[in-house]
Amino acid sequence: MTVAYDLINGNTRNRTKENLALLEHKKGVLDVRDLSAWYGNTLAVKHISLSIKSEAITAIIGPSGCGKSTFIRCLNRLHETAPGARVEGRVMFDGKDIYARDVDPVVVRRRIGMVFQKPTPFPTMSVFDNTAAGIRLTRFWSRRWELEQIVERSLRQAALWDEVKDKLHQSGASLSGGQQQRLCIARALAVEPEIILLDEPCSALDPAATLKIEDLMRNLIEKYTIVIVTHNMQQAARVSDMTAFFLTDEDRAGTLIEYGETSEIFTKPKDKRTEDYITGRFG
Amino acid sequence: MEMRTAFHKRLREIQDDVLAMGSMASKAVIRSVEALKNRDLESARHIVDDDQKVNNKRFEIEEKCIELIATQQPMASDLRIIIAILNITTEIERIGDYAVGIARIVVLIGDEPPLKPLVDIPRMADQTADMLRRSLDAFINRDTEAAKKIISEDDLVDNLYEQVFRELLVFMAEDPRTVTRATRLIWVAHNLERAADRVTNICERVVFVITGKMEEIGGSKY
Repeated sequence: MTVAYDLINGNTRNRTKENLALLEHKKGVLDVRDLSAWYGNTLAVKHISLSIKSEAITAIIGPSGCGKSTFIRCLNRLHETAPGARVEGRVMFDGKDIYARDVDPVVVRRRIGMVFQKPTPFPTMSVFDNTAAGIRLTRFWSRRWELEQIVERSLRQAALWDEVKDKLHQSGASLSGGQQQRLCIARALAVEPEIILLDEPCSALDPAATLKIEDLMRNLIEKYTIVIVTHNMQQAARVSDMTAFFLTDEDRAGTLIEYGETSEIFTKPKDKRTEDYITGRFG
Repeated sequence: MEMRTAFHKRLREIQDDVLAMGSMASKAVIRSVEALKNRDLESARHIVDDDQKVNNKRFEIEEKCIELIATQQPMASDLRIIIAILNITTEIERIGDYAVGIARIVVLIGDEPPLKPLVDIPRMADQTADMLRRSLDAFINRDTEAAKKIISEDDLVDNLYEQVFRELLVFMAEDPRTVTRATRLIWVAHNLERAADRVTNICERVVFVITGKMEEIGGSKY
């Protein structure tokens, strides 16, 4: 929080060229180069290279334990927050390596937001405060009317405004599961990231809430780049433009098997392992 | 480990249905030319009636495919197989219609005296029925090479058609009283030529199932 505070207010050690460049560029292209990640001595993902397109939805699919979640946690430097976790390789974000020494992870996470599997509204906060939480963390101060504008805009973008506009001051925990997840998306959108990472965002939701989130994702790519980890192949097929298939290799580390346009991956995958996985010949 | 045993079993069952439907159409082609050879009007009428069975089989297969798409969300090669089945059954159904076309000509000819002994037309029928049977084997065995070979064999049928056509032209030129009978035989040959073309379409679908590529391979002269 302090770092963010310092950076935004421009009075600190973190105001490096790298950080400013990160804040200025707005393209949302992620170029992952030879990325490996460990938990202690355990290699979780190995030598991943792929280019994530801007203003598109990229789905990461693969069986449990193939490193999908670890991989996307590396894309906004969240992986390193786990004890003993380590990353090698580069993640070029609009041409800058987010793992460069002078890059502040907090800035990275502001520009590359994340929504988790289970809805995580702050239970003691109202809907309004939940949405504004990220803004309050990253800004020194905001005028009330300004905050109100951002909250409304974010809730509208998250397709939640109409459902909560009359209960902005009720607890975030009072919403349904699907609404809570959209609240988390609104909270991520409020800080105006360019990329949103979604880690199985619908696995705790019913089909109607799931379709609503999928619809929302399709609307959001007009402005944002989205990367979604999903267990649900039909969901990947429905919403994504690009699909990456991960699988563990003989070292039990996740590797990228195939990456391509979703329409190709689900109709004529090139690799037999992709074919076998998506046709349910193994899982 | 196979994860979708029930689904893949259903898919195999539908492919068995396609084989059965193909066998019905191929028999109809052979029987229609036999009826022509033997002036067997009753058999010809049976062929016309039996076509309903081929049509019904096609609808039955289509319904099963739609159900699998709706309930199982097939992907990749499974999806291609189902799409190919929908196309293949359309082609088989049309081949059945060509057999019916021939049977109707047989009825039309009735007991008119034969123009000449039939040689090339039965050859065309045998070749077409054989190509159909082997194209479905290639589909079941996912055999691109076999499929491509069958496509190239369409030339045999085209050549026979050309031969029949030329021969009958000579008849008509020499004796205008043969025009009606000769024209009817040309219709028969034309039906067989079209049926063989349909088999090449089936083979293109077999290639699609295996490679994912939709392409016209070869191409009939007619």
